[in-house]
Amino acid sequence: MNQSVLHLQNITKRFGPLTANDSISLELAKGEILGLLGENGAGKTTLMNILFGHYVADEGSIEAFGKTLPPGEPKAALKAGIGMVHQHFTLADNLTVLDNIVLGTQSNWLPWSGTAAARRRIRQLGEEFGLAVDPDAVVSGLSVGERQRVEILKALYREARILILDEPTAVLTPQESEALFRTLKIFVEKGLSIIFISHKLNEILAACHRVVVLRGGKMVAERAVAGASKEDLAELMVGRAVPAPKAAPVELRRPVLELRGAQHQKAGQRLDNVDLIIFGGEVVGVAGVSGNGQSLLADVVAGVVVPQKGSIAIAEQRPAKISPRDMVDMGVARIPEDRHSEGVIGDMSVMENVIAERLRGSDFSRGGFVNWGKAKAFAEKIIADYDVKCPGPSARTRLLSGGNMQKLILGRVLANTPKLILANQPTRGLDVGAVAYVHEQLLAARARGAGVLLISEDLDELLALSDSVCVMYRGQLTSPMDRKQVTVQTLGLMMAGQGFRHAA
Amino acid sequence: MRLEARTEHQAWRAIAYPALAITFAAVVCALLVMLSGASPLQVFGLMLKGAFGTQFAFLETLTRATPLIFTGLAAAVAFRAKLWNIGAEAQLYIGAVMTVVLGTGLLPLPWPVLMPVLMLSAMIGGALVLSVPTFLKTRFGVDEVVTTLLLNFIVILFVSMLLEGVLKDPTGLGWPQSKKVIADAQLPKLIQGKRLHYGFAIAIAAAVMIWIIDRRHVLGFEMRAVGHNAKAAHFAGISVNSVLAKTALLSGGLAGLAGWSEVTGLKGNLTLDLSPGFGYTGIVVAMLAMLHPLGVVVAAIFVAAVFVGADAMSRTAGVPSYIAQVMVAVSLLAMVTALMFTRYRLRWR
Repeated sequence: MNQSVLHLQNITKRFGPLTANDSISLELAKGEILGLLGENGAGKTTLMNILFGHYVADEGSIEAFGKTLPPGEPKAALKAGIGMVHQHFTLADNLTVLDNIVLGTQSNWLPWSGTAAARRRIRQLGEEFGLAVDPDAVVSGLSVGERQRVEILKALYREARILILDEPTAVLTPQESEALFRTLKIFVEKGLSIIFISHKLNEILAACHRVVVLRGGKMVAERAVAGASKEDLAELMVGRAVPAPKAAPVELRRPVLELRGAQHQKAGQRLDNVDLIIFGGEVVGVAGVSGNGQSLLADVVAGVVVPQKGSIAIAEQRPAKISPRDMVDMGVARIPEDRHSEGVIGDMSVMENVIAERLRGSDFSRGGFVNWGKAKAFAEKIIADYDVKCPGPSARTRLLSGGNMQKLILGRVLANTPKLILANQPTRGLDVGAVAYVHEQLLAARARGAGVLLISEDLDELLALSDSVCVMYRGQLTSPMDRKQVTVQTLGLMMAGQGFRHAA
Repeated sequence: MRLEARTEHQAWRAIAYPALAITFAAVVCALLVMLSGASPLQVFGLMLKGAFGTQFAFLETLTRATPLIFTGLAAAVAFRAKLWNIGAEAQLYIGAVMTVVLGTGLLPLPWPVLMPVLMLSAMIGGALVLSVPTFLKTRFGVDEVVTTLLLNFIVILFVSMLLEGVLKDPTGLGWPQSKKVIADAQLPKLIQGKRLHYGFAIAIAAAVMIWIIDRRHVLGFEMRAVGHNAKAAHFAGISVNSVLAKTALLSGGLAGLAGWSEVTGLKGNLTLDLSPGFGYTGIVVAMLAMLHPLGVVVAAIFVAAVFVGADAMSRTAGVPSYIAQVMVAVSLLAMVTALMFTRYRLRWR
């Protein structure tokens, strides 16, 4: 058990003024699952990219199975038995599982030889490690969990003895995650070693033997998981105590959102006669398995999609027409599902992004000309008030981390004291510190009397923040249920369709 | 060897990369010149002298640059919003058609009235030509690269038909050319007795106006937003289709002005060789300028100098003037490659 298979010695990597890894040393034993815990930007991915040869470290050395790895050569890392499973899968959708796995391992000159042997080997590996996948299935037809199995099989096929899993559960359901953890246990019993990268504390505690905590590029702690507490690790990771969100009771005011009889059908998603009323001072959560119409519901409230039937009113007023600009003007703060593709324009500056929504109003332009002075002042205020870490108002927005980008969006939409906040997956992909900040801001807006429509796939988040919860299934939306009356189990059953009309 | 995204954005690259691209093109051309048996230094010296060496040469270069500024601006404006307008050639010709239809006597107005009318109608003509592909793009998702490019051939054949038919000059000895525009429809020369005309001054003014729109006006903001990320622009309440329509009007209008300026300032009538590909060369100009409106002026003068200089050089040195095409084409390729390096860096390991 304590035979060392991997040894990283004083790894340092700088990107310009930023030190992404500051003299990090760590050791991995045979048959061990090592958790690598840290917020986004703590240096986890950089460290693993150095280990795998994607980056060259400025200082330090790596030894695998007693031999020094040449820096900057992924092929050498592969040959030494290191396999990496990326957060974003690197599979060719139109090829079969078999083709994806053998891709790059075969000689170009003998295209057919060994296919049968490869198929046998994949089957055998699948049985041995509990990763059953049909080798001849086309990848585009596989579920996310199955695709991940293919990625792992790919590494095993190349005889990896050290597996690096980068945020492996980000795309999995809770059940799939548990299945993955069981698989990992089988791996280590068979003598493999695993580095498990995550910022989710529960998973680190459930899956790992030992955990290393990174913060700001430095290794701040190393703990055995047995005996480590969640609170302790959270504090080590963030650098301060993380309070749980607390919602004080707020007196309900007038309705801020009245959606009646909304119907729409678009690209596989639909809204089926959806009614929803949200009052000022309450958070209404919408639960549901992804793809059941939540995105469409959000698009309608954001003004991006005009429903084919039904009406919408904001603070008891009907918008002149349903459009993003009208919704903003009526006091709807919109936090989009996908920060990068909808929330910000990455190649434009922070300053340009914060005024983008209110360009045509009188706030930031006069006579059709942009008032850059006001825009800059507004951007500086948001950067200060919402603690956005960036070089300044003129910085290109794509350079911001996910958390800072989300703070920027929060600042842009909350600065105008909105009546209704549409928060669609507001904490997806964020680290613990940023999640707490987003929760805090949403609850502060609720306390000011705003209504919040919270759409999330994270049931813990929904139950922590919401006053009442609805469930969405195949375009139908239940009426809101009091938070105190529901449990994760009842919600889970409803998300699977229990209690819904099953229209053809 | 692989590409790594750059995190920082440095201003000096905006100067260094075009300079590097042009240097690279000069080196390639030097090799070609040596192949044809001449001395590169002598050839480049003759080109420089032919483009800038005398007052006549310099004014000729500016005259040649005038339509390129208009078409360069047309491409720069459209490309900013990622509207790939490859059809400036067609828009130029329709602008010229509008000018000769109205300017050869149909509107007997004094020049202070007639000139703005001709300018406006040339812009409307060019704008309409680009509006059709833009409508097809926003309404049905038809690729505008294909439609604008193919419209060039349709429009040029259409102009050819007009010049053999209704627009044909009865006193033109059978040549396919239109009548001359009336005296009130002729732009005065900037310097008495020379070819350089007020079209150049108007082109500079247009570049400054586009620069102000780009930097200060809401429309410039919206065009950049749509170009960088149309989905996020839509989410933020910018009407993407209306911005694309406005971009088309502006871009097509600028290309139409190129035709207007060539007819009223230089040629006086419309022929099929009014434009030796100014519409296409405008794309090169816009790319060399990195889509910057004021950069377009500099790039247009550079490209014009290469053509004018090569003409003069070929008469003396005996190297074919096609070297100018090679020079412009290689600088475009080098520039496009250099532009990639403003966003990525090359890693050897």
